[in-house]
Amino acid sequence: MASSLIGSRVERKEDKKFLTGKGRYTADINLANQTYAYFVRSPHARATISKVDISKASNAPGVVKILTGDDLAKDKIGGLIAGWKIVSQDGTDMKCPPHPPLANNTVNFVGDHVAIVIAETLDQAKDAAEKVRVDYKVLKAVVNTGDAMNSKPIHDGIDKNLCYDFLLGDKGKTDEAFSNADKVVKLDLVNNRLIPNAMEPRAAIGDYNPSSEELTLYTASQNPHLSRLILSAFNAVHPEHKFRVVAPDVGGGFGSKINAYAEDVVVAWASKKIERPVKWVAERTESFLSDNHGRDHLTHVELALKNDGKITGIKVETIANLGAYALVFATVTPTYLYAPLLIGPYDIPAACCNVKTVYTNTAPTDAYRGAGRPEATYVVERIVTEAAKEIGMDQAEFRKKNFINKFPHQQCLVHNIDSGDYNAHLDKALELSDYKNFENRRSQSSAKGKLRGIGFSTYLEACGIAPSAVVMSIGAGVGLWESAEIRFNATGNVSVFTGAHSHGQSHDTTFAQIVGEKLGVPIENIDIIHGDTDKGPFGMGTYGSRSLAVGGTAIVKACDKIIEKGRKVAAKMLEAKPEEVEFKDGEFIVKNSNKKKTIGEIAFACYLPGTYGDIKSPLPEGVEPGLVETSFFDPSNFSFPSGTHICEVEVDQDTGETKVVKYTVVDDFGTIINPLVVEGQVHGGVAQGIGQALYENAHYDESGQLITASYMDYTMPRADNFPEFKLGFTSTPATSNPLGAKGCGEAGTIAAPPAVMNAVIDAIGEDISMPATSEKVCNALQKNKKNKEAA
Amino acid sequence: MQKVSIEINGKKVSREIEDRTLLSTLLRDILSLTGTHIGCDTSQCGACVVHVDGKSVKSCTLFAADIHGSKVTTIEGLARNGKMHPMQEAFKKLHGLQCGFCTPGMVMSAVDLLKNKKNPSEQEIRDWLEGNICRCTGYQNIVAAVKEAASKM
Repeated sequence: MASSLIGSRVERKEDKKFLTGKGRYTADINLANQTYAYFVRSPHARATISKVDISKASNAPGVVKILTGDDLAKDKIGGLIAGWKIVSQDGTDMKCPPHPPLANNTVNFVGDHVAIVIAETLDQAKDAAEKVRVDYKVLKAVVNTGDAMNSKPIHDGIDKNLCYDFLLGDKGKTDEAFSNADKVVKLDLVNNRLIPNAMEPRAAIGDYNPSSEELTLYTASQNPHLSRLILSAFNAVHPEHKFRVVAPDVGGGFGSKINAYAEDVVVAWASKKIERPVKWVAERTESFLSDNHGRDHLTHVELALKNDGKITGIKVETIANLGAYALVFATVTPTYLYAPLLIGPYDIPAACCNVKTVYTNTAPTDAYRGAGRPEATYVVERIVTEAAKEIGMDQAEFRKKNFINKFPHQQCLVHNIDSGDYNAHLDKALELSDYKNFENRRSQSSAKGKLRGIGFSTYLEACGIAPSAVVMSIGAGVGLWESAEIRFNATGNVSVFTGAHSHGQSHDTTFAQIVGEKLGVPIENIDIIHGDTDKGPFGMGTYGSRSLAVGGTAIVKACDKIIEKGRKVAAKMLEAKPEEVEFKDGEFIVKNSNKKKTIGEIAFACYLPGTYGDIKSPLPEGVEPGLVETSFFDPSNFSFPSGTHICEVEVDQDTGETKVVKYTVVDDFGTIINPLVVEGQVHGGVAQGIGQALYENAHYDESGQLITASYMDYTMPRADNFPEFKLGFTSTPATSNPLGAKGCGEAGTIAAPPAVMNAVIDAIGEDISMPATSEKVCNALQKNKKNKEAA
Repeated sequence: MQKVSIEINGKKVSREIEDRTLLSTLLRDILSLTGTHIGCDTSQCGACVVHVDGKSVKSCTLFAADIHGSKVTTIEGLARNGKMHPMQEAFKKLHGLQCGFCTPGMVMSAVDLLKNKKNPSEQEIRDWLEGNICRCTGYQNIVAAVKEAASKM
C-alpha cells in the first residue's frame, strides 16, 4: 500500500470544503463585538501632508476611532522593512527610505496609507472616511523606470533615486570574451509591470484580548510566522510570545501575500488601542493599488558568440523599479534571484550583470510568482533566440550546442547545478509538439490568412529557497530553513505541523502522501496543519517553490526520528535489539522472524509506558514517553528545475489579435509526489506567463495614477484565451534533498513569456514588447509592411 | 428598510434589510453563507455566482430586494443529502481547483451551462466561463471537469 503513495494521482483532501462552500478565508471570519476598518489612502502619487483633520469625521455616525501617522509615531510603531540588504559595487549599503504604515508627512504612491477609520459598520467607516480632510501639497511624481535616475530624489538623501548599484560577475573576463567574439548580438528589453491578483483580496482582523493580553491577527498571508516576527521585532506591535498570527484558508498568493503589510500592522495595533476586534477586507481596487506589484525592468543585453554557434559571454544591464518603498523580498528579487540565472541552462564561461534599482512614485514591487527568474529567463531566451537566428542555426540545435551537459556544474556566477538533463526535455518537447511538421502548420495558417510563429524557451531556475548560510552571507535577514513537527497520537492517527503554508499548493494532500509513505499510515488518518503560529513550530512559509524541497524534507526528517524512536520501543516490546528491528509499511519486524508490532501499537505504547492488565509496554531505559518529533531542515543547495516550452501562435493580420494555438511543456522537477497537483501548478503558471506576454500590464499615467486599477482595465487571462496545454515530464532527482524534489510552482511563469514572445516575433517579423496586445501587433505589422515596401 | 422573503437552499427566510443591500451582502453578512465569495467590485470576477430561480447570476449585481419571492441556490445548497453534485465531484476528481476562492462561482456557473447544453464542446465551455476569473488553474482542469460532469449527468 504505502510504496505506491509517492507519485500517485491522489485526489485532494482539501477539496471537499472548498467545493461545498465551507472554506474559511479571513473575510469569512466574524468576531463578537467586531468593528470595521476603512483606510484613507492618498489620491496623489507624490505629496507632502501639512495636516490630517479628523474632527468632522470623528463625529460621524458609528465612528469608534480614527488613527493617523501621528498616533502611530506616538506609540512608537516601527516602519515596514526590506528583509534583504544588498551592497552596491562601491561597497556602500543599499539606501531605503522610512516606510511608516500610516504616512508621516509624505505620501509616495496612489493608495499610500494615510489614516484608518474604524466604525460599527463598514458603511459608516466608509462614509466617515470621506469626511477626513487631508491637506496635500502635490509634488511632481517620478513614474517611469527609465526616468528615475535623471529625476530629483523623491526620498530625502537618496541621490538619483538609486537604492543600490549592484554588480555580479567578472567584468574583465566578460569584456575579454566580447573582444574575442566573432559575433555580438544585442537586445533592449522591457519586462512589463504586473499585478499579482490572487483572487482572494487581502484581508486582516486584529483581535486583542485585554484579559490575557494576547493579540491575534488573522491575515491572508503566505507566511504567518514571518509576519509575526516582523510585526514583533520591527513594528513593535506586540511581543512575539503573546502574539498569534493565523493565516486561515488563503485564496492564492503568488508572492503578493508574503509581506507584512501596512494594513496588518495597523489593524493589529488599532485593536489593542480600542480593545475590540478590527476587521479590514480589501476591495479589488485597493488590491490593485496597494498589493505589491511585480517585474518592471528595463534591460540591455549582449551575447558574445563564436562562428560555430558557441556562446562565450553574456553582459546585462538592468534598471529595476522598486516603486515607492523597499519591501521584504524587493531588493533580492532583481539581484540574487535574477542575475545568477542570466546564464540560463547554458555553459557560458563569462558573465557580468549590473542592476540598478530605483524608487518611483508607484506601488512598491516585490516577489511575484517566479521573482527574478522570469525576468532573467526572458532576457536569456530572447537573446539566445536572436543569436540562433542571426547565425542561421535551428533553435533546438543552437540550444543543444550550448547546454550544460555534465553535472555537477559550477556556473561562472553563483550556482552549482547538481543535476539535470536538458537534451532530454528538449527532445521530448520537440516530439510532443510535432516540431518537424511545424512548417506545414505555418502554411495551413497562412492559407487562412493568419501568420503563424513558433517560440522556444529552455529555462533553468533556482528554487527550493534556500540554504541559510548562503543567503545570509549575501544579505538575507532570516535563514530560509523549514520546520516540521509530527505528533503520532495514541489512537494511531497523525498530526503533522508544517511551517509551509498552502494557499492552493495542495499541502494537505501531498504532505500527507509523504507521511503516509514514510510511516505506513493511511492518508485519511493524517492531518496537515499549518497557518497558525500557536499550533506548530516557527516556520518560514511558502514562496520560491520551497514547500516540498525544504518543508517536505523537514517532514521526512521528522518521520525518520519517529521511526528511530519507534524502533527502540519495538525492540524492547519484541525482546530484540534495535538493530535487529526493521521498519516497513507501518510495521516493526524482527529480522528473520514473525515477531512484529504495528506503528500504531508502538505509538500506543509510547503513551502508556508501563504494565496495566493486558497492557505490557514498558519503555526502554532512557526513552521518554510520547511520540512527537520535530525537525528543522536547512537545505545544502538550491534546487534546479529546468524544462522546455514550445509555443505556437496565430496572428490575425487585420486585427493584430494573437492567439496561442499550441503550447507544449516538458519539465524536469525531479521527483514528483502527485502528478495531478503538479500538472495543475504547471497549467496555472503557464497561464500567468501567457498573461504577461499577451494581456497583462500595470499602466500608470504621467501623474502616477494607476490606469489599470480594476478588472475592467487590467486584462486578466480568461478561459477562452488558452488552448489545451500539452504536458510531459522528464526526471533527474535533486541531490540536495532526500526526496529528490526540485519544485514546480513557478516554472510556468518563468518559461512561458519568452516562449510566447519568440513565437509572436517569429510570426510578425518585428520585435515588440510585452504585452503583445492587438494594437502593438497591428502597428508592428504596418511597420513591417512599410519596411518591405521601402526595400 | 424593507422586508425581503426568499427561499435559500430550500429554506424560507425573511429579513428586514436596507434598500441598498446587495444579494451578495445578504448572503454573506446577514445569512452567514460565506461560500459565496467577493473577488472584485466591478462584477467581473464571477466568484459570487449563485442561482436565482435556476439561472446563474453574479450576486453582487442584484439588490436583494429585487428578488423578493425568488428561489436562490448557493454553493452550500448544491450537495444533496451529503452527496456532492456531479459537478463538484468532477472538480475534485480532475483537480479543477487550487486555492478554492473562485471555485463556488465557477461551479455554480458551470452547473447552469449544463442545464442549457447537455454536451458542450471545449470551446463552448471556455466561452461560457469567460465571466469567471481563476488565477490558479489556467482553466485547463476546470474545462476538463465540466466535460467530465457533462458525461456523468
